[in-house]
Amino acid sequence: MSPAGARGRLDVNIKQKSFRAASGGKLHVLGELVFSLRSGELAALVGPSGCGKTTLLRIVAGLDRDFDGHVAIPAHGTLAMVFQEPRLLPWRTVEQNVRLAAPRASDAGLEMLFQTLGLEAHRDHYPGELSLGLARRVALARAFAVKPDLLLLDEPFVSLDDALAARLREELAELVNRRPVTTLLVTHNVEEAIGLADRLLLLSIGPARIVADVAVARPRAAHTPAELAALRHEIARRLNQPFSRENL
Amino acid sequence: MGMRLVSLALLIAAWYVGSQLAGARLLPDPQAVALAIVDEARSGALAFNLGATLARVAVAFVIAMALGSLIGLIMGRSRIADRLGDPWLIVLLNLPALVIIVLAYVWAGLTETAAIAAVALNKLPIATVTVREGARSLDHALDDMAQVFRMGAWTRLRHVVLPQLAPYLAAAARSGLSLVWKIVLIVELLGRPNGVGFEIGVAFQLFDVTRILAYALAFIAVMLAIETFLVQPLERHVARWRPRPA
Repeated sequence: MSPAGARGRLDVNIKQKSFRAASGGKLHVLGELVFSLRSGELAALVGPSGCGKTTLLRIVAGLDRDFDGHVAIPAHGTLAMVFQEPRLLPWRTVEQNVRLAAPRASDAGLEMLFQTLGLEAHRDHYPGELSLGLARRVALARAFAVKPDLLLLDEPFVSLDDALAARLREELAELVNRRPVTTLLVTHNVEEAIGLADRLLLLSIGPARIVADVAVARPRAAHTPAELAALRHEIARRLNQPFSRENL
Repeated sequence: MGMRLVSLALLIAAWYVGSQLAGARLLPDPQAVALAIVDEARSGALAFNLGATLARVAVAFVIAMALGSLIGLIMGRSRIADRLGDPWLIVLLNLPALVIIVLAYVWAGLTETAAIAAVALNKLPIATVTVREGARSLDHALDDMAQVFRMGAWTRLRHVVLPQLAPYLAAAARSGLSLVWKIVLIVELLGRPNGVGFEIGVAFQLFDVTRILAYALAFIAVMLAIETFLVQPLERHVARWRPRPA
């Protein structure tokens, strides 16, 4: 494999992860989870709420080291993450929030990011003055400003209205197309996963295991409604559980 | 503002009436005290003594705040440090100021170092307890964010931790300033050859109530000025990001 390819590669090999429950027993959250992402690949982890997706992301991000197994993130790689909540510093402006995370970002690069995400007018605003949709855009801008080798997205569009979520998804797709980055996207929204990912990793509920690894052919725009319906059906069958309408 | 002036005028009126009832020896009237302040100012003694006291207040305050905040931050973040430090803190908190001052003078002599150390030691545990409370309530979510984005130690302290501690630091500073200057006066009374506390001690021996009030009022004015022109603007600056009600 070429060095460039190795640089963005992610190898996850988790044997198991459990939490100590308040009652004293052990809560088995993650089962055996083995997968790899090629450099520049965007994989979506899809599974029902509470199946341990966020725990898995925290392990990959290095925030939780208390597990059995091994995770190899891109060597010397920079990491960026978009959390479920925007997690901005309320006492710093939008621009300062981005610059503090990405001190090496160029002015021109930031200019383009702010433009793509519609944030130019909000550079000097404090996060408390932003709507949730704008704050999520800032979190996206921050993640892309560091030019990460590995990007982790934890349900980045949850609790936004459909139209806004769709627009942000398009903006995310545009950013990823412009600069491909190895990306792990956690979501329980199958539509979102199909729309963005090259590959879907379907997770079962606790302890989480990968039940299926589904490739989504590119270009995404070329998918016909019939193909998409077939894909959805396939996913539902592999997850082996009834999907409610809202998940589709 | 208007109400404040009315309140202040009432205080001065009550003082005047009280001085007429009690007699000038026990409670001189406001005018006599004002004249005494002018006299002391003219001779240069007022500025000299105020300066000496303010310098002690400043040094002791800075030492106590810096050390107290640092220890508070460590105790709030580490359970072991908290368990180890807590008994010391309780002892210090409950040790009367006078005991610390007298012991400092006995052990280190009637020196400037002993005086300032005694004041700082009196203030330190209160700063520690306040900042520890703040450190305990630090937001783990922001910690995680800073770690993921590999922010450096200085960036984290300055942009992630300190802004969260700001209200606690402000509370510690505010209560600390009024405590420190009161204790500085006692320290000066007991073992320093100058400063507002020393002057009040001399006036006490001469039963000169006018001079006691003159120095007390002059010092209160200085502390009010510091509060208005230094502490409050600083607090406004630190809180500038909070959305204000329109």
